[in-house]
Amino acid sequence: MRNNGDVRVVVAMSGGVDSSVAAALLLEQGYQVIGMMMRLWSEEPFGGGIHNRCCTPDQMADARRIAARLGIPFYVLDTKAVFRNTVVEFFINQHRQGVTPNPCLECNRQIRFHFLLENALSLDADYLATGHYARVSRGEDGRYVLKKAADAHKDQSYVLSVLGQEQLARTLFPVGDFTKPEVREIAARAGLPTASKKDSQDLCFVGDNNYRRFLADHAPEVMQPGPIVRKNGQIIGQHAGLPNYTIGQRKGLGLNSHEPLYVIAMNPFRNALVVGTADELGQKALTAGRVNWVSGEIPREPFRAEVKIRYKAHPVPAWVEPLPDARVRVCFDEPLRDITPGQGAVVYDDDIVLGGGVIERPAD
Amino acid sequence: MAVDLPIYMDHSASTPTDPRVVEAMLPYFTEIYGNASSAHEFGRKAEDAIETARETVARILNCRPQEVVFTSCGSESDNLALRGAAWTARRMGRANRLITTPVEHSAVTKTVEQLADLMGFEAVVLPVNREGLVDVEDFAHACGAGGAAASVIYANNEIGTIEPIRQLARLAREQGVWLHTDAVQAAEQLSLDVQELGVDLMSLSAHKFYGPKGVGVLYVRDGIELVPSQSGGSHENGRRAGTHATPLIVGLAKALEIAYDELDAHVAHYRARRDQLIEGILSRVPGALLSGHPEHRLPSHASFVFDGVDSSRLVMHLDVKGVAASGGSACKTGSPEPSGTLLAMGYSPREAIGGLRLTVGRRTTEAEVDYTINAVVEAVEKVRKLSGELTV
Repeated sequence: MRNNGDVRVVVAMSGGVDSSVAAALLLEQGYQVIGMMMRLWSEEPFGGGIHNRCCTPDQMADARRIAARLGIPFYVLDTKAVFRNTVVEFFINQHRQGVTPNPCLECNRQIRFHFLLENALSLDADYLATGHYARVSRGEDGRYVLKKAADAHKDQSYVLSVLGQEQLARTLFPVGDFTKPEVREIAARAGLPTASKKDSQDLCFVGDNNYRRFLADHAPEVMQPGPIVRKNGQIIGQHAGLPNYTIGQRKGLGLNSHEPLYVIAMNPFRNALVVGTADELGQKALTAGRVNWVSGEIPREPFRAEVKIRYKAHPVPAWVEPLPDARVRVCFDEPLRDITPGQGAVVYDDDIVLGGGVIERPAD
Repeated sequence: MAVDLPIYMDHSASTPTDPRVVEAMLPYFTEIYGNASSAHEFGRKAEDAIETARETVARILNCRPQEVVFTSCGSESDNLALRGAAWTARRMGRANRLITTPVEHSAVTKTVEQLADLMGFEAVVLPVNREGLVDVEDFAHACGAGGAAASVIYANNEIGTIEPIRQLARLAREQGVWLHTDAVQAAEQLSLDVQELGVDLMSLSAHKFYGPKGVGVLYVRDGIELVPSQSGGSHENGRRAGTHATPLIVGLAKALEIAYDELDAHVAHYRARRDQLIEGILSRVPGALLSGHPEHRLPSHASFVFDGVDSSRLVMHLDVKGVAASGGSACKTGSPEPSGTLLAMGYSPREAIGGLRLTVGRRTTEAEVDYTINAVVEAVEKVRKLSGELTV
């Protein structure tokens, strides 16, 4: 067994309490710790006042101060081009296809646990640590297991469902065993700032957190008005651009109808918003693609599990049926009203993340 | 061979203060603490120390003591020289042009830009060649059209190239244009004899020659009147208001005196270590280029360009290995920009983001240089293997 003093860990720091405490905990445990912050793409990098909210000059200064207080090296990694070309492009392209993406999943897949991890390892680091609320452990078979955080309210395992064995073998989540109040307490004890950053699930690269305004500026073609139609194709109104709506939405459609109508789908080819009655809304199944199985093994048989279809949804019981080409079909015990293409469908066995994919479409 | 880490290879950024300098400064913090402008004994003692320091500096610069103005740093000296000369020209209705090069320190570049933006001066930026040298004929031509002042760096901070200051000064004088030179990097390695150089204004900064931070010099040739850019009391003959920083000024003079007493030994040492660095890196790093002039360069200064390597990641890798180096342009914010100096010399943006500067000092050992070469070889190899496009 190696002494922790010989183990080098790069901590992804944001200037916020969680990653600061992650660094402090690792130091307490005797690791060699290096702080690193990614400089992500922002809308107007020079002047203009809009910055990427996750790496503003202020937050960079905070992170630098915290690193200095902890006595660890600190570096800022230029991630602008790669972030712009992956996460931001992906976000825009998905909207072009009438899909509502979760950019955090994409960022974890391509930026944090690929680009950043690669840069950390190139410094001869053994691990990359982040301030995420989730847990990694190693099973008896030597496989790494990704689990929900000890603090159920803060659990971020949903956005980490893209990680595989290769990443988990090199990843530490030092705050995952603690509750948020405990993390604040540790911060106070270590003389670190205790205030939380804004919810990190917001879209960090949209300066004013208004993604509709962002799309109007960067991809005006996806914000074109178009028809509101029933399932049979009957046009009953006019919408103001598909990204303005969410599946399951009832209010704000401006429709004159005897019965309540809900958004049930989007048709990007016709730029049409499809609405229907409450009966037409619920869906019992979905298919998802780009599926990652955390264990690295594709299950052979359909199995019972719990599936979460949004970051803030509750996991619900379902049958999960693996399909070829990294796809999966999920059949819920009860219909769900807000199955949204582009969001993650994450499969849990109680506390354990089995895997996840990106929702393609509801299914029958 | 064993070396103590970390290794400091960034002497162009700053140097440690020589212990002899610290010793010379100490009494002026606690014993001789009067304000040099005061009329009593405490003041006179401080004034004496400052005027003695001025005489020491004047001896090394081969000028008269009243031509030496103490400032707070090299940037302030550059500001005073250019603003002062420009405003004087404006007051006297003289030419409106400010002649400079694209390889100046930002204290010169930004000051000229501001004078052009806000006060209607015309900035004339001459081209440089692949080695960073300004063309003497271009310069003569520019001066021929008249100018409030010209400013050409003596030796460049980023690429180490030494400009032909003596020739430029002669040409400027023929046309009646004042020539300022930023000699901040040149100090303690090259001659600062202003008679021999022929310059009219010259900036120095103590912390680059083993003196303290927070003090600099502007040499101002007799007969040149500068409108002060910092107004107030009549310190420094009305050219720079502000209470004299007695200990720092004493330290600057002591450091300069030591530097020029021991010049030959230091320069020989730098040259040997620098050549060892250049040879090691050029022979062992595939595709490495020496930036700047191969011969007309500062004895302590080695600078390179590595295609496909961004210098911020390279500097990070070297730091983790215990080698303190500098990128082409110091950047701690994760927004590396291609170096303006390298772009002006004709390097591509991809190359201009990969500058590395290694500058040796008095205590740099052969073993430290060997360690540094190995670290650079490994770091460049690692950074080249990384994915992710550069923000260029």
